[in-house]
Formats: sequence, structure tokens, C-alpha cells
Amino acid sequence: MTEPRSKPSPLPKAAIFVGLVLLGFTFVVPFLWQILISLSSLTDVDLLTQTGYPPVVKPENYPQVFEKVDFARYFFNSFFVAGWVTLLQVITSSMAAYAFSRVRWPGRDRVFLLYLATLMIPGVVLMVPNFAVTLALGLFNNYWGLIIPGAFTAYGTFLLRQFMLTIPTSLDEAASIDGAGHWRIFTQVVLPLTRPGLIVLAIFSFLGNYNSFFWPLILTKDDNLRTLPIGLLAFDSTYGRETPLIMAASLMAMIPPVILFLCLQKYLVKGIQIGAVKG
Amino acid sequence: MSTLTLTNVKKTYDGNITAVHDFSLSIHDGEFVVFVGPSGCGKSTTLRMIAGLEEITAGSIEIGGRRVNDVHPKDRDIAMVFQNYALYPHMSVYKNMAFGLMLRKMPRADIRKRVEAAAHTLGLHELLERKPKALSGGQRQRVALGRAIVREPKVFLFDEPLSNLDAKLRVTTRTELKNLHQRLKTTTVYVTHDQEEAMTLGDRIVVMSAGHIQQVDTPLNIYRKPINRFVAAFLGSPPMNFLNGTLHEETGGTGLVFDFADAPPLRMRDEDRVHLQPHVGRAMVMGFRPSAMSETPVGRYAGRGNALRLRTEVVEPLGDLIDVSCTTPKGQHVIARVTARPDFPVARDIEFHLDMDHVHIFEPGEFGRNVLRA
Ligand SMILES: Nc1ncnc2c1ncn2[C@@H]1O[C@H](COP(=O)(O)OP(=O)(O)OP(=O)(O)O)[C@@H](O)[C@H]1O
Ligand SMILES: [Mg+2]
Repeated sequence: MTEPRSKPSPLPKAAIFVGLVLLGFTFVVPFLWQILISLSSLTDVDLLTQTGYPPVVKPENYPQVFEKVDFARYFFNSFFVAGWVTLLQVITSSMAAYAFSRVRWPGRDRVFLLYLATLMIPGVVLMVPNFAVTLALGLFNNYWGLIIPGAFTAYGTFLLRQFMLTIPTSLDEAASIDGAGHWRIFTQVVLPLTRPGLIVLAIFSFLGNYNSFFWPLILTKDDNLRTLPIGLLAFDSTYGRETPLIMAASLMAMIPPVILFLCLQKYLVKGIQIGAVKG
Repeated sequence: MSTLTLTNVKKTYDGNITAVHDFSLSIHDGEFVVFVGPSGCGKSTTLRMIAGLEEITAGSIEIGGRRVNDVHPKDRDIAMVFQNYALYPHMSVYKNMAFGLMLRKMPRADIRKRVEAAAHTLGLHELLERKPKALSGGQRQRVALGRAIVREPKVFLFDEPLSNLDAKLRVTTRTELKNLHQRLKTTTVYVTHDQEEAMTLGDRIVVMSAGHIQQVDTPLNIYRKPINRFVAAFLGSPPMNFLNGTLHEETGGTGLVFDFADAPPLRMRDEDRVHLQPHVGRAMVMGFRPSAMSETPVGRYAGRGNALRLRTEVVEPLGDLIDVSCTTPKGQHVIARVTARPDFPVARDIEFHLDMDHVHIFEPGEFGRNVLRA
């Protein structure tokens, strides 16, 4: 009843609401437009700007994408590569983060700084040397080449290390007195408590790799190794005039990340908050 | 159960901060030893070295006759209760207590038996499925205790386990801890900076300061025969009174007097002469507890130069007793704990009597030696 009133905002609530709706609209409109185009026939695309809806609805554009190129394969490749990279990144980053945050060893913090310093180097600069190394290792044009170079991330290590630093060290100490060695402390105490961080990293990592373009582009030659972004590019260069098909293909490519985001956004927000508040 | 021996243990952090110097102590089987001292004196560091959480820089530690300097904490067979309890937040109360036993591959049925027995002792049996987050401070403290008990270790280590509880709970838990120890008889090292906890819990107390042991003895001996001024000042509440003055030959008498310059001198006991003789003519410090004072003549030396005339300033009633803050004519501060009476005069000069059997003479300085400690 006597709830203290938050200070009156300069704008009335309604104005904020309208503003947000308009903002939301600007995000949604291109999306709707894309859906409309993907459902119309090529000849009707120009008409859309006048009518606002396709005179003839053509859902068969979607299956057609699969007929013209091996779209299912691209899907699989994207999932396969992004999935493995994500899994490996979570494993390697969490182990490295543990070593950088919970294990005492000489020179640890200096090594970590070096590790972090790699974040300052723009990815483009690293592209050529990475490519050369991958080539030398004989990983050109196969899945290993797409997965292994992405399996390690200084960013992920940093993120998880910050998470782990918020876990009191007395927990490790209690566990080690209880009889746990590093492996058990890592798997049974630290990892479960880092879960929000692991999920955040997994989401970022999956989305980033699902969308990654340049590395798969230079590293693959065969059509059946192509991931979605490359596939879309190839599709565009062959069937570039067929706007509805391009729209249908890119819409379908968008679905998994959107679903992923919707399912896990709770963790995403929570994870980011925990990192911020406790860090 | 087991003995615990520390020999010349030293801890130097990062090559320059020495937190513990040359710590030697032998703890008997089943003994309850309390480390007490001001913040930063190295209590936790010593405890953590016993636990194996800190490496020792020099010296050796033996548990049950086995040298454990290089033994991993998990193999030392000790259990520790942390100040912040360090409960595993993602595990239930049951799992928190069972974790150590599971890691030691104890059969499930035995684990259940032990955990339930401990839960029963500590009144936790209804909370076993809860997560620590859903417990009160006192309940968490019990779980931490339970986790230590179920292990049935050789040695219990406690690092200020009661400091996060409110005053009332602290007192009741203290009593329970004492009960528990009397039943289990496990060798225990308990760290606190609360002198009351130290006095009530310890079979022996180790008073530390700046990484050095000052005195090791029973609570009563530490209280009655402090080895130096630091120990005397640290234990006891309100703290011991100290007056600066000089030892002299009694004028027109045979004894020694302590002359604190701004009031009639106090006559020392004859039997202390041997200990005091070397210090005659030097500046010394007299120490006596507030309870050694009274309004009526006390002790064997009553009426023979043991009166102190002081100006009363503030009176704090404690029930049967009162604490009276007073000053000597030259402004040295004294607290007297005397029998309560209505209308105790404030801002008046009053004559108190000092029980000379409870007076100490210290050499000057914070760590001045108690020259009367036989
Ligand atoms: N990891 C560390 N690195 C460097 N110095 C430390 C470290 N841990 C403790 N010290 C220092 O060692 C000294 C003793 O610390 P310790 O924690 O043992 O004190 P304590 O007696 O337990 O104090 P408190 O009552 O405040 O807990 C302090 O001066 C402290 O600053
Ligand atoms: Mg401490």
C-alpha cells in the first residue's frame, strides 16, 4: 500500500510503450517482408511493393530449395561443425579456466595475460597463418579442419575464468579435505556451479560457429563439406535471380538459432547478470 | 583420534610476509586446543598448514605420529569447518555430508547410517533434502559440523565457526560444541578471536600475536598467570587495568611499594620481594583485573597500604555487579568491578581496596614480562 514510488520517469508510460512498439516494428518488418517474398513467385516479387501481399502463395518455394541444392547437407554440416566446436570449446575452455582460476602454479597470471592478449589480434590477421598451419597439418577440405582450429577460445576461457573466480575457494578446500583431487573438484564442485557460464558460452559459441563464414569458405572445396552460410552463397551465385528461393533458404537457415535463443534466453540473461553482479 | 605435533613450523608467504614464526606445540589425543589472538596474528594460517591447505615453509607437522608435511589434505584424515561453512551449494544437505564418504568409497548403506546418525545428533534429519540456500545461518553451521562429524577423522579443525551466528545462537552452539567434544573426544584445534569462546571451550589455549606463540596453558592459568602484558590485556572482559609507576623500598618499613606517583603507593607482598628486587627503582607496570578491586577491605593485606583513591566517572550496572570507570588523580584509567548498590556515587573520590594476591607486575612495553609469574 505504502510501496515507495520509484521516481517519476520523464516520459509517461504510454509514450515509452509506443516507442518500444515502433522499435519492435522496425525489427519485425524486414522479417515479415522476407516471409512474404519467400512465399511469392518470382514474377510477383515486384508487385509486392504495391499490393503488400503475394497474389499467388507458393509454399513450394521451400521444398524447391532442397531440390536445387543439397540444402539438407548444408544444414547437417552446419550443425555437425557448430555442435562439435561448441562441445570442444566448452570442454577446453572450462578446463583452461579451472587451471587459470583454481590451480596455483608459477607464472599463472602472466600466462593468462598472454592468453588474453591473443584477443587483441584481429581475426583477419590470424586467418592466413591459421590457414597455413591447418594446411600443413593436412586438415584442408575436411571436417577436422573446420572443427579443430575452432575448438580453443581465449574468449571462452576468459568468460569461464571470471565465472569460476566468483566461486569461493573454500569450496575447493572443503572438497580436497573431503577427499577430492583436482579432477573431482573440477567435475563435481566447480563445473556444476559454473553451469550458467557454460550455457552462455555454449550459446555464443554455437551461434558464432553456425554463422561463421570466412573460415569454412577458404577451407572447403567440396560441395558436401559446405556449411549453411557457404551454401547460401553458392546458392545465391547460381540462382541469384530467384529472390523467393534465396529468401526461403535464408529463412530456414535462421530457424535453429532462433529456436535455440528462445529456449535458452532465460539462461542467457541470467548468465550475463551473474557475471556482471558477482564479477 | 590422534595426537598432533607441530615442530618449529614457519610460514612465509610470497617470500617476504612471515605469518607464522617458529610455532611448536604438542596436542594430546582428544584434547581441545584453542588458538586465540588478534586479527592477522596467524591463527588461520597455522590451522591451514595443519589441514594441508598451505605449504609449510619450515618445520614439521605430525598427525598421530606420522609426518604429514607433504601429504595431500585428503590423506591427512582431518575434517575442517570453515568460517563461511563452505557447503556445496548445488548439493542437498544429505549429499553435503555424504560427499566425503562417497569419495572414500564407503558402502552406500553405511554412508546412510552415518549421515542419519549425525543428522539426528544435530537436529538436521528434517532438512536432509534441502539445499544449503534454503537453510538459516545456524542450520548451515550444523550441516558444516555434520560434514565434519560423519567423517570420524583423527583431528577436527575449526576456523571461527561461530563468528557468523548471532550472539545468542553463538552461545548455545558453543555449549553444544563442548558437549559434542566430550562425547566424541576427537582431537580438536579451534581458531577464534573471541576470548570468551577460547576460555569456555579450550582444554588449553594458545595465545598468539604477530605470528608468535605468546603463551600456552589452561584457560585458568592463562587468566590468572598471564606470561606477559599482551596476554594479560588480551584475555578478560573488561580488560585488565594497567598503572605505570616505579618500585621502591617502603619508607619507614621493610617491604617494597609500587609508586604510581599520583596517589599513595601500594605495598607489595613480602613473598614477592625475590622476584621484584631486581626491578627496584625501575619504571614498571602494575596490572590487576577489575574484579580484584572492592569497596570493602579484601585479602590478606587489607588495611596495609592497598587502598586506591579514585574518581568515579561512569557506572555500568551488570545486575549483581557494576563496572565503575575511574581515573587516578593524574588521569590513569581504571575500571573496577564491584558489588552493586543503589545510588553508587558518580564524579566522586572513592576509596577502593585492591587484593594484592591478584596483582601482577610487568616490565614496560606491550609484551612486558610478568615478573611475578612464578
Ligand atoms: N595468501 C596469503 N598471501 C599473503 N599473505 C597472507 C596470505 N594469507 C594470509 N596472509 C597474511 O598472513 C598473516 C596471518 O594471516 P591469518 O589469516 O593467519 O590471520 P588470522 O590470525 O587468521 O586473522 P583473522 O582473525 O583476521 O582471521 C596476515 O598478516 C595476512 O595478511
Ligand atoms: Mg583467520
